[in-house]
Amino acid sequence: MSAKHAPVGSFLTIGTEQLQALMDVLKAAGYRTIGPRLMDSAIVFGDLDKIEQLPVGYLDRQDGGSYRLEHDDAAGYFDHVVGPQSLKRFLYPPGETLLESVRTNGQWQMKAPTIEPKPIAVIGLRACDLHALAIQDKVLLGGPYVDPNYEARRENLFIVAVNCRRAAPTCFCHSMNAGPAVDDGFDLALTEVNRNFVVEIGTPKGAEIMFDIDWLPPARNEIDEAQAVVTNLKAEMESRERRSHGNREAPRQRYLNTSSIHDLLLENLEHHRWTEVARRCLACGNCTMVCPTCFCAAVEEVSDLSGEHVRRERAWDSCFTAEHSYMNTGTVRKSTASRYRQWLTHKLATWQDQFGTSGCVGCGRCITWCPVGIDLTEEVAAIRGSEDSAGAKEARAVLAS
Amino acid sequence: MATMLEKPPTTEPWVAHSARIADIRPEVPGVFTYDLEFDDPAMAESYCFLPGQFNMLYLPGFGESAISISSDPQERGKLSHTVRIAGNVTQALARKQVGDPLGVRGPFGSDWPMESLRGHDIVIACGGIGLAPLRPAICHILNHRDDYGRVILLYGSRTPNDLLYTQEYDTWRDRHIEVEVAVDIGDANWRGHIGVVPVLFYRLRLKPQETAILSCGPEIMIRFVVFEALARKVKPENIYVSMERNMSCAMGLCGHCQLGPFFVCKDGPVFNFRQVESYFNLEDM
Amino acid sequence: MAAKPKLAVYKFASCDGCQLSLLDAEDELLAVADVVEIAYFLEARTAVQEGPYDVGLVEGSITTKHDVERIKEVRKQCRFLVTIGACATAGGIQALRNWRDVNDFISHVYAHPEYINTLKTSTPVAEHVFVDFELRGCPINKKQLVELVAALVHGRKPRVPTYSVCVECKRRDTVCVAVARGIACLGPVTQAGCGAICPSYYRECFGCYGPKENANSMSLGQHYLAAGKPSMQLVRLLRNFNGHAADFATASTALETANK
Repeated sequence: MSAKHAPVGSFLTIGTEQLQALMDVLKAAGYRTIGPRLMDSAIVFGDLDKIEQLPVGYLDRQDGGSYRLEHDDAAGYFDHVVGPQSLKRFLYPPGETLLESVRTNGQWQMKAPTIEPKPIAVIGLRACDLHALAIQDKVLLGGPYVDPNYEARRENLFIVAVNCRRAAPTCFCHSMNAGPAVDDGFDLALTEVNRNFVVEIGTPKGAEIMFDIDWLPPARNEIDEAQAVVTNLKAEMESRERRSHGNREAPRQRYLNTSSIHDLLLENLEHHRWTEVARRCLACGNCTMVCPTCFCAAVEEVSDLSGEHVRRERAWDSCFTAEHSYMNTGTVRKSTASRYRQWLTHKLATWQDQFGTSGCVGCGRCITWCPVGIDLTEEVAAIRGSEDSAGAKEARAVLAS
Repeated sequence: MATMLEKPPTTEPWVAHSARIADIRPEVPGVFTYDLEFDDPAMAESYCFLPGQFNMLYLPGFGESAISISSDPQERGKLSHTVRIAGNVTQALARKQVGDPLGVRGPFGSDWPMESLRGHDIVIACGGIGLAPLRPAICHILNHRDDYGRVILLYGSRTPNDLLYTQEYDTWRDRHIEVEVAVDIGDANWRGHIGVVPVLFYRLRLKPQETAILSCGPEIMIRFVVFEALARKVKPENIYVSMERNMSCAMGLCGHCQLGPFFVCKDGPVFNFRQVESYFNLEDM
Repeated sequence: MAAKPKLAVYKFASCDGCQLSLLDAEDELLAVADVVEIAYFLEARTAVQEGPYDVGLVEGSITTKHDVERIKEVRKQCRFLVTIGACATAGGIQALRNWRDVNDFISHVYAHPEYINTLKTSTPVAEHVFVDFELRGCPINKKQLVELVAALVHGRKPRVPTYSVCVECKRRDTVCVAVARGIACLGPVTQAGCGAICPSYYRECFGCYGPKENANSMSLGQHYLAAGKPSMQLVRLLRNFNGHAADFATASTALETANK
């Protein structure tokens, strides 16, 4: 085996054996390797040592409120799409201690536990989740205050991305400019072609890891084939948008018309659709928990009976809870309608004001994992479709004044 | 509000600075002023804030609470919070005594734009505990009295017994701050106005082009203050309001205090009316 | 700290499971006894201290005329009254009688029905006297119980979430049994607190903690119905331990009516 250098931006080819070698090299470099694994009837990220642990031959059938795995001999290593969790779980975990306080002799000693996270290498991250990562970076690292724990975990992340060959009907990354092609933010990007993987080198760090792996320069058609994978998928997603509703064999591909969506939503804060969706919405918070960009977190005080050992524990929170907007004068967002409105307008509109980007990457998790299958693309379409005419709006403004 | 304090870079944004209660003054029923002193002299030395900003006060075991700072920003070493006893943390605070320890994170948030309002007439319209975050603004005006034109305080509370800082009104009047007070319910000795704060606008003759409004209090009161001010042709861009939401991390990281496109903790609490105008009359925002 | 608060534990119509949770808090029990005076707790000790008490924990629902009178006495004895468990907060599983004729049950079960003297309904304590706080669950969770005691001792509000079981499932990385397995699960409408145990064993949430705030069991029920679940299965699911709780009751009654 010969050590070879592949520059950033170049392509090379590996087989399954070298994919295993890649995992081994990453582990040897001190990374905890995680990737998609079959667990509890879904494909989720877990510790990954052997390529045999990858869900080869599995497809996930997703639709509003429904997720089922299916075996298909023709399916490759990465032909599932996204599962209920995202990288958020690993970089911004659902629970962690932010502060520990101990009282001795009437004095409080307060300190933040130091975290020294083992670097993570994630294998199989999709375009949507890469975009979600970039969004979480803006939220948690881009402001005047930086979340130190997220920063510590994020710093040493190694990303082996994968280009999707397949989209679930709930996917709409193509509408959000967040896929299906992996375009940025990866160290290495894989495209599965004929049981081989075409690898794109994204960073010097990626090049370095590939140095000791016995790769081959790709055949000319292999690069073309790899690039055709995502181009074709995008075209397929666009064509499937137009398929009829209610066909369970081939459910319609979700898409979102994002033109002027910021103003559309903020000009319709009193639209009747919010009340209508609230009749279905359970305010259970699942959409926010599975969302790869939702970052709301509550800090809870945990103390022993003596009250002398106290921890401040951060846990994932949701704008669908009453606690979220609770003040001493009561909960601000009492109705489920106002909570759904808060979530959707934040995700798709005010997120842009705050972070210069949409908060949605079109991964479709909120659609699949909503227990009653509420579909944000449908809600936006309904508001867009029935938006008040300019005249009606004017009339209402006159009445209001 | 435009001038955000340069934040000292902190690697431990969640760690509160230890402080203790230096003095407790009962103000009105259910409201106390706490003077705090940092344990670390360097912290005490370097700590400064702008009028309208707030601190997170931390009582381990009970949690943190966002409390606006009510002392004079120019008086270094003095840090006061006037607190209405309402929730978990403030109830626990009410049981504390002088010398008891607590944690402080801050200061956070935007400030009343005292610099850019120089040369203006200023109407401070507030209700109840809403005077507390405006007291530093009044202190600032007193410290720079010649920088401002006519200054009027319109203040309302439920009863005469609920009026904050009454012992200071004469000092303020001596320095040419007009103090107009109204209560919802008077008592036998009350000779002042009865009614809500917006009513105090009725007898005012303002020079609307030169007047700025600073308002803090219940949202419904602010709404009517703004209504009265606009009716008198005060420029909307000269109206500033202090908003309240569930401020929990104070750093724009936890998402709890959102109001439309804003995190009230970092984009507010002081907003220009223009910023929040469209969210004002909406229910459950 | 001032004198230790005096604690009383009362039982009404119930299985004693919630009181057992208190005894079962082995690791914490000594610490609890350190901070409160257990003054009246017949399940644990026969020695009884006279009231009044600072805190009363009430287990069980109101099912007899005697209960109706006794709970009023209990209320008078306790400065702070907390109901513990599904029976006391929602009427318990015995509230199933609220949909049927209790005399019919009695005649089937007892050899001498004439000895049985009971009300037609099983009702929560809060329908009879003012309740300061409710601890949900069937049975209650000992962590929540210890949190309640700590909160009372230190003079703060107990930190008990009102959000859904789903939040706990997602935090602990349990794959949703409703979405991924098609199981009719009450998690989305049920208040958290248990730690989302059942779904982690691939079972549905049975609603032990009763409706979460802003619960919408009608929507969930309709969704399961549309997915092919028999309406009576859903009715039975909603009428477990918290069937009489308003949101569950409305939904189960509607589903039952639709079935007829």
